[in-house]
Amino acid sequence: MTRYTRRTRRTLQVTGVGVAALLALSACSSGSDSSSKKDSSSASKDSAKKVTGTVTVFAAASLKESFTTLGKDFEKAHPGTKVTFSFGGSDTLAASITGGAPADVFAAASPKTMAIVTDKKDAATAPSTFVRNQLEIATLPGNPDKVASLKDLTKSGLKVVLCDKTVPCGAAAQKALDASKLKLTPVSYEQDVKSALTKVELKEADAAVVYKTDVKAAGSKVEGVEFPESANAINDYPIALLKDAPNAEAAKEFIALVQSVEGQEVLTAAGFLKP
Amino acid sequence: MTELDKSGAAAEVLTGGDTRGAGPRRPRARPGARGRGVPLPLLVPALVGLAFLLLPLIALLVRAPWRTLPDQLTSPEVWQALQLSLICATAATAVSLVLGVPLAWLLARTEFPGRGFVRALVTLPLVLPPVVGGVALLLALGRNGVVGQLLDSWFGITLPFTTAGVVVAESFVAMPFLVISVEGTLRAADPRFEEAATTLGASRFTAFRRVTLPLIMPGIAAGAVLAWARALGEFGATITFAGNFPGRTQTMPLAVYLALQNDPAAALALSLVLLAVSIAVLAGLRDRWMTAS
Repeated sequence: MTRYTRRTRRTLQVTGVGVAALLALSACSSGSDSSSKKDSSSASKDSAKKVTGTVTVFAAASLKESFTTLGKDFEKAHPGTKVTFSFGGSDTLAASITGGAPADVFAAASPKTMAIVTDKKDAATAPSTFVRNQLEIATLPGNPDKVASLKDLTKSGLKVVLCDKTVPCGAAAQKALDASKLKLTPVSYEQDVKSALTKVELKEADAAVVYKTDVKAAGSKVEGVEFPESANAINDYPIALLKDAPNAEAAKEFIALVQSVEGQEVLTAAGFLKP
Repeated sequence: MTELDKSGAAAEVLTGGDTRGAGPRRPRARPGARGRGVPLPLLVPALVGLAFLLLPLIALLVRAPWRTLPDQLTSPEVWQALQLSLICATAATAVSLVLGVPLAWLLARTEFPGRGFVRALVTLPLVLPPVVGGVALLLALGRNGVVGQLLDSWFGITLPFTTAGVVVAESFVAMPFLVISVEGTLRAADPRFEEAATTLGASRFTAFRRVTLPLIMPGIAAGAVLAWARALGEFGATITFAGNFPGRTQTMPLAVYLALQNDPAAALALSLVLLAVSIAVLAGLRDRWMTAS
């Protein structure tokens, strides 16, 4: 009897510890990735002059709609190319780039997140601002809570979501709130601007502070409310070619398209401001 | 190298195979029957597997910012997040036990049409990406959700963005682990003990309480440990359903993820805390629970 009691004990004990280690690992492994330094002395590759192959673009979540359009335009203009996107929080993307993710182009929603990449010397070209974005309040369709200003968001009982302060939209919102000396306690600090918007689209939150472009992209699912304080917190969007770009030639062409007249047209149509 | 057994045992519980010691009628393991040498085709992949599982952990320890660690860990937000994580994971385990053990019994001990299908549905949260689970929970229990809007209008209860919401999200993801583990143990346990009890006049519930439950206790404990560990590490469903607010819904995994955004060193420090606490709690459980069985 004692033998198999002990066996059971051991089985359970090792099960628990093993699982804990597994779970802890799954939560942490990306952390060890990003701290690994890249060798910055590797020479740039001699890629073919002809623009072909796949361009991998890491872009801020707020660029999703307009960059997807531009990607299709690019593929049409350069047959044989393919543009793949990874949209997400700029800081997440920056962390994956410094962690060695194979990307050609990085378009961030703030100079601060771009600096994470340039500080690690992972950018091949100096970042240049290609658009700017202004904040707007997204409310439920029809604005049932009569939100008319940033101050209205501080009303008690109103469920407001903001982006986390580590994300550009959250930093900008905080800047606007600080500038107007308002104290706002949201129900949640979301990990990126699209998550914040989704909470309003699903009607779980009454309002969110997001970008003008996001309100526009959401169409009738949310209603936008402009607020003058947003002028104090306009985000510059920098774009840069990355040092370890697997397809630098095509990537340069893509950046040129973004900065071209037709590229700017697509972006301003989506609600972005000219740089 | 006891770690060698750990992952193996975890997988064993997942497949419901961990029934040793549960059924007294099962033949006992005979140590003498085992071969002395370990066959190479088993040893090599086992060691590779072990290295694969341990390497990231070792990397975490190697790259940990040991010098700045005390500074990283003195912030109240860390302790707040840790406290919330432990409370919510324990509450989620309690919810899983209260609902999951009867569910496992139903699946293992009763016959009803479509039982196999129901069992597959129960394990669905295991394969569902947690973020999808979070969205599904919003659609079901959110303020505007299928059931959630009734909760809101009848009782004034809204779950998203609350600590209760964290428990709901964690329970959703963790309960299948417990159900699978307990169901596997129940299947392996001999039903004749219960039948004998009912023959002697016990009701089916009394038989469950007095005979079945003590019999399957090791399986329940293993399932609870698995569920607790899964709940402690839960990220996707939690951030989607309950959002992220320090002190209310920001658990350790959320804090780690957001710290990773602008301060990887802080994220590493947080990860170490989570790891240390998990191991400490699980090691403590071993002594308190398992000797009792």
